[in-house]
Formats: sequence, structure tokens, C-alpha cells
Amino acid sequence: MSDPRPDFSDMSCPLPILDHDTIQLAHGAGGRLSADLIDKLILPRFSSYELDQLEDQAVLDLPAGKLAFSTDTFVVSPLFFPGGDIGDLAINGTVNDVAMSGAEVIALSVGLVLEEGLPMADLHRILCSMETAARTAGVRIVTGDTKVVGRGSCDGIFINTSGVGVVPTGLNLSAASLKPGDRILLSGTLADHGMAVMTVREGLSFRSTVSSDTAALNGLIRRMLDVCPEIRTLRDPTRGGAATTLNEFAAASQVGIKLDGDSLPVRPDVMGACEILGIDPLYVANEGKLIAGVPAEAAEAVLAAMKDHPLGKEAVVMGEVVSDHPGRVTLRTGLGAERIVDMPVGEQLPRIC
Amino acid sequence: MKHLSEYRDAGLAKALLAKIARTVTRPWVIMEICGGQTHSIMRHGLDQLLPPEITLVHGPGCPVCVTPLETIDRALVIAERPEVIFTSFGDMLRVPGSRDDLFRVKSRGGDVRMVYSPLEAVKLARENPDREVVFLAVGFETTAPGNAMAVKAAQREGLTNFSEIVSHVLVPPAMDAILSSPTNRVQGFLAAGHVCAIMGWSDYERLADKYQVPIVPTGFEPVDILEGILKTVQLLENGDPSVVNTYLRAVAKDGNPNARKVTDEVYTVCDRKWRGIGTLPGSGWRLRDELAAFDAEQKFQVNEIVTEEPEVCIAGEILQGLKKPHDCPAFGTECTPMNPLGATMVSSEGACAAYHKYNRGDLT
Amino acid sequence: MCLAIPGKVVELYEENGLPMGLIDFAGTRNSACLSYTPEAELGQYVLVHAGFALQTLNEEEAAASLAELSRLSAFMEADAAADDPTDGS
Repeated sequence: MSDPRPDFSDMSCPLPILDHDTIQLAHGAGGRLSADLIDKLILPRFSSYELDQLEDQAVLDLPAGKLAFSTDTFVVSPLFFPGGDIGDLAINGTVNDVAMSGAEVIALSVGLVLEEGLPMADLHRILCSMETAARTAGVRIVTGDTKVVGRGSCDGIFINTSGVGVVPTGLNLSAASLKPGDRILLSGTLADHGMAVMTVREGLSFRSTVSSDTAALNGLIRRMLDVCPEIRTLRDPTRGGAATTLNEFAAASQVGIKLDGDSLPVRPDVMGACEILGIDPLYVANEGKLIAGVPAEAAEAVLAAMKDHPLGKEAVVMGEVVSDHPGRVTLRTGLGAERIVDMPVGEQLPRIC
Repeated sequence: MKHLSEYRDAGLAKALLAKIARTVTRPWVIMEICGGQTHSIMRHGLDQLLPPEITLVHGPGCPVCVTPLETIDRALVIAERPEVIFTSFGDMLRVPGSRDDLFRVKSRGGDVRMVYSPLEAVKLARENPDREVVFLAVGFETTAPGNAMAVKAAQREGLTNFSEIVSHVLVPPAMDAILSSPTNRVQGFLAAGHVCAIMGWSDYERLADKYQVPIVPTGFEPVDILEGILKTVQLLENGDPSVVNTYLRAVAKDGNPNARKVTDEVYTVCDRKWRGIGTLPGSGWRLRDELAAFDAEQKFQVNEIVTEEPEVCIAGEILQGLKKPHDCPAFGTECTPMNPLGATMVSSEGACAAYHKYNRGDLT
Repeated sequence: MCLAIPGKVVELYEENGLPMGLIDFAGTRNSACLSYTPEAELGQYVLVHAGFALQTLNEEEAAASLAELSRLSAFMEADAAADDPTDGS
């Protein structure tokens, strides 16, 4: 069985030399070891004007507009999976949450909780991922914190990221603003992330090509809003999958949503993994996709703009908003029948039946 | 996907639906006895597309649903033991026992792990010689051969720390019970294609003859199911109580003799309690006496645990095809997938769960 | 009760005394025990359930069934187009 962890043999980010090769409790105690960890391992990855000031807080000069502010904590296990790691998720996830408001994402904070015994090499890889992700997204890490907890108190590492951005005046996206006739757009293939993580779970050791789609979507969103500032709402369908996001939209706006079952894009290898485990791609997490509610007359232009961007090449119109069955999402199957797409009950579990 | 996507083709499905509509001249009640088929029917909306003369009822074809409460309770007691690594197929983890479920045991510190294949449980036993690995071996005739091979593998490797809680169920006795019931209204059966892939279809010839009903081994994709329904309707219209296989790419008359042979070396027929139905004689498989060392219920002495089913829901009648989920006053209100009262709502394959997910009966 | 999915055998090997195969499902690969399908060859399709191959798929029967269905489909389409009231079954 091949090792699903990414191959770092040609990484251009060599591990700095430290006195220990795993995290010790002393690394969180505030003394020399803490300073060492921060100076040698952490700060070099996140260097920014504010961070380099080493104050207790970051003071930011923000453009005019409304402040968008989001936080998320990342506890995924395993830490490394095909296509990314917890570091990628931590940066991209919060960038996306802030960006879904239409905001220009400006800065992030990073809070690390490290488990005693976490290999330095693993921490370093994760920090490098975060550095690359932040740079790709064009955001700065301006403040942070590091704590160490005893063995068994967390799963290797937990990461909290909080992000701020500024929503330009005039933009007013909201899940409650969908209207009958609006189109629902999806930026690309479903279920990549969730299946990538599931296929490397213990007890389900697949040799799979399925790779997480983790990505920062702020660039794509900017492109979409340039074409149509009247986009009603944006959301990234993470935990619970597209089905959850769509049900949330339908409930918030008290409209119905009808999906076209034939138009849902799923990669063949992801479909294969879903079929083997009996899992529905509509309920599986995505980390680099968005769902947009768009006025009908702008749908074609927005779709074209999405397809023109590397992260939206496989964008589709996945459905439309209707006045029927408010609060409910339905799907027209390939055979022409209509069935409900319900909220998921808990985690999707593989079935034998 | 090859050998799968072709059987989801809308054109072929529509042709079959049209042919069914032309063939049927009066009402028929057809039962499909497989959770996987129920799921497929609901997911693709086939029940909405069939002519109104055809009533599809869903039989007790979900091993997760029919696993008796008592087996779950025994499993929970074993899973709580600190030396045990408790392994199970994913969909069993949420099934509630009298007071608890495996997920909750896990959150309290029990070592409960999901596996995709029973061989992964054997692997855990091999790699953790100081722990006891227990596997919850549920399923119909399709799953038993794999579960049997796990016991064989453990035996061959001399592993003393692997055991199974066995709760296998057999399809023909369930069909017998349904057909012999005085309130039975089922006139034709779609037989579970993957069970038939192992067992062949000789068992069904006896049943078809005894009760004079057509039984049609059927696959799982929309086109397969419609082919099975078409054949069943044709047989019904012609008054022909035969067994005709429509799942030709996977089912041969003799099934898989090798799989049956190994299964027979490990398991033997026994009476089995079906949740919501009661005890059906000769309807299950248990470990053979000479393999008692691999029987977790004996090893951990949980045989004394006996649980009676609560009288709350009509899952029994739904499992027997007498009622539909919408007939239950608790459906969708008191009883939902989040808060299931009975077996058919607990499992994602159960009729009530499938209905709740795909068709609440109020779609305009 | 039986989620069994067709996949292509792309590797044959032995593990812990059991014949195993690496099975490809549209790009995702998983191992399956081939004890019950000893005849399975590279390139053949097997039905896999819970980590075990239950049967090799009979490709001839599959092709024959699909051909039959295509004929039915063509017939029903032509029939519907001609708006023929007589029963064609």
C-alpha cells in the first residue's frame, strides 16, 4: 500500500535544526524552548509586517467598508491526506468563509494547539503548507498564538484561524435573499475532499487517486462579483456537503430549490469511491468549491467568468430557485422523477446494504 | 463506470417503463426484499414512474434493520470492555440498542472501529496480540461468505484473539413467513440479486411452487430493477408462478458453490430473531459448535442478555410489506432519522429512512 | 442488502495465504479477496462486496442484455413516434 502522505523529498523548505525532534511540554511554557520554536520554526513561515513587530496584537489599516470577520478551528484526522493537509484547510477554510461575504480578505490570525510528541517534521510540513496557501490567497498572517498540551489531549495538532476582510460598499450578500427564478451555480466537482480523507481512514485503506480540492476561492469570487455585483449569496459546501448548503439556502430564503440530477459534476474516481462505500456525493465535504445564487439574467455571464478561472473550469448550473415547496430542496433524477434532497443525519457512513 | 452506468441510462429505463405500462392490465403487489433495491428505487424515483397498477412494497431486506435489539445490547457490553477492539461495518454504528449505540460507547472511550471488510478485523487481531478483536458479523447470504473467510483466516493463522458476534439472516425463510401469513398481499417478488449471486435460485423454485408466486432475481441499478419488475409483471399477467433470472451478468442458477462450501464449513442453520418480526425458524446462520472459540457471545459470556422489543412502532408491519412508512402516525414527526423509534428508520437502508430522505409524500 | 460494485482486476497477489486482487473502480483502487473467484484474471470485472469478490461478471450476458434492451428502446421510440395504438409486447 502506498503512503498517502505527500512526497516532500524535493521540498524547497528545509527543516530548521532544533534541539528536539518532537514537541515537548516545555515548548509551550514560555521559556527558551518556546522562543526557539517560534523564532526558528513558526515566524519564518508567516513573516508579515505586523507579525514581525512581535506585539501582543496586530494593528491594521483597513480600507472603507464593512468588516467581515470569521473564525474556524481545524481538527481533521489524519493530518495529511492526498491533495493537502490540515494547514491547507486552516488557511483556505477561513479565507473562504470571509470571502463568501464578497469581502476582500486581508489578514488572518493563527492559533496552534500542539500535542506533546508531535514530530517537528510534521509541524514544519504543516507550517510550510500554510505559508504557501496564504501566499497563494494573497493574505497576511498578522498575529498568532501557540500552546502545547499533554499527550492524548489533542490529535497531533488543532489549528484555529480567524480572518478579517472588508466588504466593498454596495455589496450585500445573504442566504436570505434568493428569489424564485434565480439560478444555483456550482464551481466544480463534488465530494473530492471528503472522499480523499475517507479513503485514507483506518479500516478503509484504499489505493486511490482521489485528492482533496482544498483551495482559496477569493480570486474566483472577485471575478464573479466583477461580472455581477448582484449575486445573491455565496457559500462553500464543506461539512455536510452541497445538500446541507442548499437546504440552508432554502430555509433562509424560504424558497424551494430544484436540482438537475444530470448536471452534477463528479470525478470518475470520486464516483468510484462513493459507489464502493454507498455514499452520496451530495453529502460529502468540499474544500475548494462554492455554490452561488445568481439572478437568472446574469447566470450565463457569471458561469462564463467562473469557467475562465482555474478554480471554476468545471462550473455548472446545478439548479434553480422556485416558489414551490419553500424550505425544501428536490432533485430531478435522470429518469425524470423528483425526489427530496434532505439534510444529512450525522456523518455519512459506508454501508454494506 | 463500466457495468454500472449503462444500467442508469434514462433511454433504456423509459423504454422499460413504457413496456411495463403496456403489459399491465390489473393491479399487482410486488415486494422487493433488499435494502439496496429499496434505496435504488427511492433514489431514482422509480416508484413515482411506475404505472399506478403496480404497488411496490419493501420487504425486510436490510440486515442492519433486522438485527435484533438483543444482539446490539450484547455487542455494546462487549464493546465497552477495555481489552476489546470492537469492529463493525459502518452502518451498524448508529443502530440503537435498548439504551445506547456503538457511537456513544466510542465517545465514552470504547475502542470501536469501522471496517470495510472483515479481513481488516483479522488484520487488527494479528497486529494487536494483546487485545481482543471482536467483529460484528451481520448480513444476508451475500455477506456471510466474507465473514466466514475471516474466521477461516484467523483459524489458519492460529489467532486466539479474534471472534465474531454472528447475526446472519437468510432470505427464503423470511419470504416463507411473509407468503404464509394470512394477511399477505404480496403477489410477486424481486429476489435480491447479490444474495442470488451466492446462493443461486433453487431455493426460490420451491417457494414459487409452494405459494404459486413468480420470483425474479433482480439487480440493483434502475434498469435492472425495471427489468425485474417487467418480468414479474409478465409472469403475473400470464399466471406463471416461475423463477426467471433477469440479473444475468451476475447470477447463475448454481450461484457461487465455492462460497457456499466455505460458508457451510463455518456457519450452520439456526433459528433467528428478526427485529420487528419475531423468531423465524431456520432463518439464520450461527457459528458451528467446533468453532466456538471464535464465538464472541460465548467468549464474553453475554448469552444471558435477553431484550424484548418495545411496542412503539410499526416497523414489523413495514418489514413484512403490510404497511408503508406513511401509514405510521409517527413517521416524520416523532420518528425521524435524527430520532429513530424503530429499525426501519435507524438504518439508511430501512424503508422509513429511505422514504424520509427521498419522498415525504408531500411533493407537489 | 448487498452493495456490490463491479470493478476491474488490475493486479493479482497473495496476502496472508489468501489470493487477493487490486480492483479498479473508475480510478479508485481497493483490494478485494479473490478466494471466491479463483478464476478471475487480469482485466476481468468482478463484483465486490465488503472487500470480497463475489462473482466474475459474465460479460457476454451483459452485452446480450444491453443489446436486447437497446432493441427494445429503439422499438418503443419508433412505436411512440408512429403513435401506434396496438400493443407491441
